[in-house]
Amino acid sequence: MQGDTFLARGLRNRSFVAGGLLTLALVAVALLSLAWTPHDPLRISIPTRFAPPSATHWLGTDQFGRDVLSYIMVGAQTSLTVGIVSVVIGMTFGVTLGLCASAARGAVEEAIMRAADFIFAFPAILLAIMLVATLGPGAVNAIVAIGIFSIPEFARLTRGAANAIWVREFILAARAAGKGDARITIEHVLPNIASVIIVQVTIRFALAILAEAALSYLGIGSQPPTPSWGRMLAEAQTRIFQNAWLAVFPGIAIALSVLGLNLLGDGLRDITDPRLARKR
Amino acid sequence: MSLFLAKRFATFIATLLGASVLTFLALEILPGDPALVILGIDAPESAIAVLRLELGLDRPALARYLGWVSNLMTGTSANSYTYKVPVAELIRERLEITLPLAVLAMALSILFALPLGIYAAQSHDKSGDVVIMSASQIGISVPNFWMAILLIMFFAVNLHWFAAGGFPGWSSGVGPALKALLLPAIALATVQGAILARFIRSAILDTMREDYVRTARAKGLTRRATMWRHVLRNAAIPVVTIVGLQFANLLAGTIVIENVFALPGIGRLLLQSITNRDLVVVRDLVVMIAAMVVTINFIVDLLYAAIDPRLKPHDV
Amino acid sequence: MALLEVDNLSVTLATARGPARAVRGVSFALERGETLGIVGESGCGKSLTALALMGLLPENARATGRVVLDGIDLAGLNEDALCRIRGNRVGMIFQEPMTSLNPLHPVGRQIGEALATHRGLGGAALRAETLELLGKVGIPEPERRIRSYPHELSGGQRQRVMIAMALSCRPEILIADEPTTALDVTVQKQILDLIRDLVRELGMALILISHDLGVIAENVGRIAVMYGGTIVEAAPTAALFADLAHPYAQGLFAAVPRVGWRRDSNARLATIPGVVPDLPDLPNGCTFAERCTLANDACRAAAPMPIEVGPNHSASCIRTDAARLSRKSA
Ligand SMILES: Nc1ncnc2c1ncn2[C@@H]1O[C@H](COP(=O)(O)OP(=O)(O)O)[C@@H](O)[C@H]1O
Ligand SMILES: [Mg+2]
Repeated sequence: MQGDTFLARGLRNRSFVAGGLLTLALVAVALLSLAWTPHDPLRISIPTRFAPPSATHWLGTDQFGRDVLSYIMVGAQTSLTVGIVSVVIGMTFGVTLGLCASAARGAVEEAIMRAADFIFAFPAILLAIMLVATLGPGAVNAIVAIGIFSIPEFARLTRGAANAIWVREFILAARAAGKGDARITIEHVLPNIASVIIVQVTIRFALAILAEAALSYLGIGSQPPTPSWGRMLAEAQTRIFQNAWLAVFPGIAIALSVLGLNLLGDGLRDITDPRLARKR
Repeated sequence: MSLFLAKRFATFIATLLGASVLTFLALEILPGDPALVILGIDAPESAIAVLRLELGLDRPALARYLGWVSNLMTGTSANSYTYKVPVAELIRERLEITLPLAVLAMALSILFALPLGIYAAQSHDKSGDVVIMSASQIGISVPNFWMAILLIMFFAVNLHWFAAGGFPGWSSGVGPALKALLLPAIALATVQGAILARFIRSAILDTMREDYVRTARAKGLTRRATMWRHVLRNAAIPVVTIVGLQFANLLAGTIVIENVFALPGIGRLLLQSITNRDLVVVRDLVVMIAAMVVTINFIVDLLYAAIDPRLKPHDV
Repeated sequence: MALLEVDNLSVTLATARGPARAVRGVSFALERGETLGIVGESGCGKSLTALALMGLLPENARATGRVVLDGIDLAGLNEDALCRIRGNRVGMIFQEPMTSLNPLHPVGRQIGEALATHRGLGGAALRAETLELLGKVGIPEPERRIRSYPHELSGGQRQRVMIAMALSCRPEILIADEPTTALDVTVQKQILDLIRDLVRELGMALILISHDLGVIAENVGRIAVMYGGTIVEAAPTAALFADLAHPYAQGLFAAVPRVGWRRDSNARLATIPGVVPDLPDLPNGCTFAERCTLANDACRAAAPMPIEVGPNHSASCIRTDAARLSRKSA
């Protein structure tokens, strides 16, 4: 399989292509909304509130007369930001802890992994809620909460993958060449587990988008005027008997973003792990 | 009891303790003065002093922690700051909704997932498999609260089959109560069921590649007999783990779903207590949910021991 | 008519790099009570050949050619009919006793399963028969072991259980695919002796597969040497040792002067320079040409057909004359 480039294998993988396109679309919409939206997403216009989808307002207007399409486009920024920042937090700390545990073995490894176990006793969203309860609601706290609670998962995964690398022959060779634990970790272990981590990043990214939406739906995530798909749904639910379609589009936006990232993760896993790919 | 179970039991106790410490630290030490948190920064000095005494904040943290834990174990809990009733009582009342909801959702999820997962594995890479896997991929991507809203739109707003939310109470009869829990349970089960179906499928496919499955076929067992006698029970081992984890996720999911359907369960209580800054309730709720998760993991371990003879003490 | 006739059997695998012909045009016949050894380096297609005979190829494999058991062409049978043959008329033992038994079922139940399926036995009769089988394969205390789980047995005992399972319905053919490869050297001989004795006692035909010439040489009447998915040479054991015709077989046997040789597989493999080519890269001509010192352009141009080089002795090589000459002079 050496002759095959990563990209060639990727383009043959349907999940990877579909997931990649959806994720690219999400990023493109977020970037585009920085420069242009069909209407000013925050402009309130009471006379035209609750307008159904039309040529001027493709997805209609909400209870303040804001253009739903523009608002969803700007909402992509929030989802992306929450996803990126929380994943970076979780990955940085989690991967570091996992690598340390794997390199140190013994008591250090045991301590790190037991601490991770304690955190696993709490469902992630519960922890986010708990943290928001103490620190107060808001987008930043939500991001931090979601990020912190993806640390144990990253740590566990990294340790598992790294332990499998540490027993390989080329590590022994590196040892024999006089390299220390830190150098071996950075030069040999990390590059070999990068694909596992990247797959996890896409999955956690998707979970972060879901968690942010849930927290905002509950009113303890990002606060107005920060646009958020989850809060759009909460507001739409109050008008469900009158303007049901308001609750449709933000949900589709969340689902498509999450679907794209999940597919991308599946595809990446297939591409980077030929052993798994053959099983399918 | 086998060594495996003894070890798991020790882990169970240790994790419970760890989770309680974590909760205590997060809610009592981190935010500074709980009395301030509860009353808000502009509260008069005197009121804060009274509350501090009431909460026992004058005592050292360790004493407060030990007092709290011993209260938890004897079931005599502090009074809720807002509801002025013992927290334990409050929680018990709310659990009557949350637990049945979670169990119902889990049952529905297994009911969806088991036949779909088995069917998909059996028709591996054929159209049935592809359809089920694509559908479950979409199911996984749908946020459960949006699913809940869609269900309300369809079954409550359009068809008028169900109420859009609320709970009549168990006193109004099991039928109406279950009816009120059905849509929320379906909303929870869709996502969990989709994940579970994928997992069951891949566990079965993995097991089907095992050498002993080939041995069974070499004995002359049909595909069907092999599936029932050799594959499913072995595939159950990883599936049981996931079901355990899912139950934890379901408990967390109820926090959100109860708020969609305005069900007075612990999820709603938690959110209200956060809004009211009723930290006494939040703390007990959080540790209780964690305890339930840990207990479920322990039950999963017991199930392992029941399924897998390798974990029983052997009589050699 | 032979009990088993295999005619031009090929197995094609669907791999990430396209179709790969892992078994190519294997033909042989097996009489009742005859013992046949198939020997060759690992990866040469021995297991796939065996699985093709059982109709148990992996999902990504397709077989062509004819496998005729006692006058019945197996390709023409439906799945149910095949199930009535597997474990009943043809039994099979696998390489890995550690993973070939279901960890969740007691061994007694696993042994009795074929009897229950093919003979409809149940209850006390099934138990008695299972106990007898356990005794027959030399497991001490069958009464107790019948309830044991695989993890409670040693590797050798598990392989004995596998043998009991394969023999439970007294098949006409036993296929043993590397039955001792995963076992300790001390246990290997015991298991081989057990197989040989039981085969004799029950009058079964045996196909014994191994990469280890010593295992084969001492236990079968006829040997087929496989390389790159084909049988390159086949002859009665004594004749083969007396007069090796194929350069690959010569290389394979070089470290083994005669029957009753010393086990030293590393030395043996080291005598043939080069490695087995990857399946999809296998050349059009003779698959061994790359590693053969005698190969010429004709060898690389077309796959050699089997030729008779002695009574009952065939070799697929166009340079057997040169090969036999170089062997005599050496
Ligand atoms: N399911 C499979 N998918 C792809 N390649 C396979 C599969 N099974 C066997 N092979 C390949 O086919 C060749 C022959 O395999 P096998 O018959 O198991 O060899 P052996 O002679 O060692 O028993 C090997 O190169 C092996 O890697
Ligand atoms: Mg083999």
